[in-house]
Amino acid sequence: MSQNDLKSMKLIQGRFKASYGSFQLNAEFEAPAHGITAIFGPSGSGKTSLLRAIAGLNRIKEGFFRLGDEIWQDHDHFRPVHHRPLGYVFQEASLFAHLSIKANLLYGAPKLQAQHAIGFDEIVHLLGIGDLLDRAPHHLSGGERQRIAIGRSLLSQPKILLMDEPLSALDRQSKDEILPFLERLHESLSLPVLYVSHDMSEIERLADHLILMKKGCVHASGPLNELQSNLELPFFASSDAAVSLDAIVQSHNAADGMTQLSVAGGEFLVPSAFAHNGEHRRLRILAGDVSLAREQPGPSTIVNILRAKILSAQATGDYQMTAVLGLGEDGLGARLLTRVTRRSWTLLDLAPGQIVYAQVKGVALVGRNNQSTRNER
Amino acid sequence: MSNLSSDLWQPISLTLQLASLTTLILLLLSTPLAYWLARSHWRGKDVIAAFIAIPLVLPPTVLGFYLLIALGPNGPGGLIAALWGARTLAFSFPGLVIGSVLFSMPFVVQPIRNAFEAMGDRPLEVAATLRASPWRAFWTIAIPLARPGFLTGAILGFAHTIGEFGVVLMIGGNIPGQTKVLSVAIYDYVETSQWTQANVLALGMVIFSFLVIFSMMKIEKRMGRLSS
Repeated sequence: MSQNDLKSMKLIQGRFKASYGSFQLNAEFEAPAHGITAIFGPSGSGKTSLLRAIAGLNRIKEGFFRLGDEIWQDHDHFRPVHHRPLGYVFQEASLFAHLSIKANLLYGAPKLQAQHAIGFDEIVHLLGIGDLLDRAPHHLSGGERQRIAIGRSLLSQPKILLMDEPLSALDRQSKDEILPFLERLHESLSLPVLYVSHDMSEIERLADHLILMKKGCVHASGPLNELQSNLELPFFASSDAAVSLDAIVQSHNAADGMTQLSVAGGEFLVPSAFAHNGEHRRLRILAGDVSLAREQPGPSTIVNILRAKILSAQATGDYQMTAVLGLGEDGLGARLLTRVTRRSWTLLDLAPGQIVYAQVKGVALVGRNNQSTRNER
Repeated sequence: MSNLSSDLWQPISLTLQLASLTTLILLLLSTPLAYWLARSHWRGKDVIAAFIAIPLVLPPTVLGFYLLIALGPNGPGGLIAALWGARTLAFSFPGLVIGSVLFSMPFVVQPIRNAFEAMGDRPLEVAATLRASPWRAFWTIAIPLARPGFLTGAILGFAHTIGEFGVVLMIGGNIPGQTKVLSVAIYDYVETSQWTQANVLALGMVIFSFLVIFSMMKIEKRMGRLSS
């Protein structure tokens, strides 16, 4: 087996070309076969069409899809949906109204219990649906129904989970109820997930990898952090430009409630109720919350001041500059975005290549902490 | 009096047999047909649907006339009848069944088709993503979800068969124990001025019809509750 084959075994690859009336889908992408890959784009950009094509729900003649070493369709072959080992979560839970919750959950589960990689009890526990099992589908809230739908798809023992805006039909409260489950899922199951969404806040919280869709085509794809700090992409110029960083808990001081976390090339001190050493947390840092200093600032209430190198910069809006920073003096660490006024930029004589002090006013811990929340109680 | 009741009982029993058999055959035929009409994207399906619906507007005597020709010795019915040595399917119970099936078909196909259409593609798509073959999805998802449609279709088909007159008269005639069904019997009693008998049967039909409509309304109410 060549190096290339080995590499493609760990990849999801797809290529779909079809036209639906005036809409053309012409998408080609590659994503790692692990973690959550978000498919993001405005409505009408072909996200759902792409996901349905991957599932085989839309039968596309000019299509190719492989999951690791399994080819699901190419020019000559088309595996029908029910022969594809996938889980699909639709926007609406679409529970079977004539079946009990338990029968819904078990509808796709293989008959032989023994070889289940994803067990019934595990799913019930993970999704917190133990109390719902004996109820009828129409007595459940929207959030509960969607959790059952997720559980149902997972119990069919999929090799990949496809989720089509699973939260968009829910109200704020139900969303907050489900997001932690998705994060837990991410931690406890080593299942690649393709997650369609048009909500950047979901993506900042969940995604590791991003496929950006535009008018039926893949506009860009790559690790989330890389795309967030890409000058060419709309995230960079948006008013709430931010980066998501995956950090590891180094220590936690219960006395002052501060947790020290490390990312590539730097460390952050963040208030947090509890944390366990070695635990993964996700940080979200807004470009507008990062200011720059040429020299080491004096004593300050800003606790996170990191050495970083300006990698690139671009004018955004009329009076602002947005710059990409690489943490560490070499600039090789994690990327941050900073947004300062163009006046300050000029006054401080800032330019790419310079080493600066990044003062981070706000660091948000987003998600990835529910496992510990539960353990702590 | 015992004579009267046995005279009355024969058409009632025959009618019930005819309606039951017709309903059974209609359910077997209409289910795949309705499923296909609901799910197919083929453009020509509307032509088929229109053909099935023709008895809704056609005078029963017209349908009966063509059936008489088709079932007769020179039509395909004659060929089939020849299998067991008969000359014709007209004026026989099998002929009545064929006529009733064609005549009542739209009343059974339509509610079932509506039920399949109302559920949409989604439940079947979900089933497919849960590894269910189209066959399994049909039996475990489509059929149970369309149950109210089957109930409505069965009741309408049964009731409509009981009430038909024109087609029966054209292709069945008036042979006691073979083709003399309720509606024909009532007509016959009136023709021969046997008002009591006609009255008993007619009143029975009124009560029966009321029960049918009433149970239909009940079903529809429950259906509405389930879907909301």
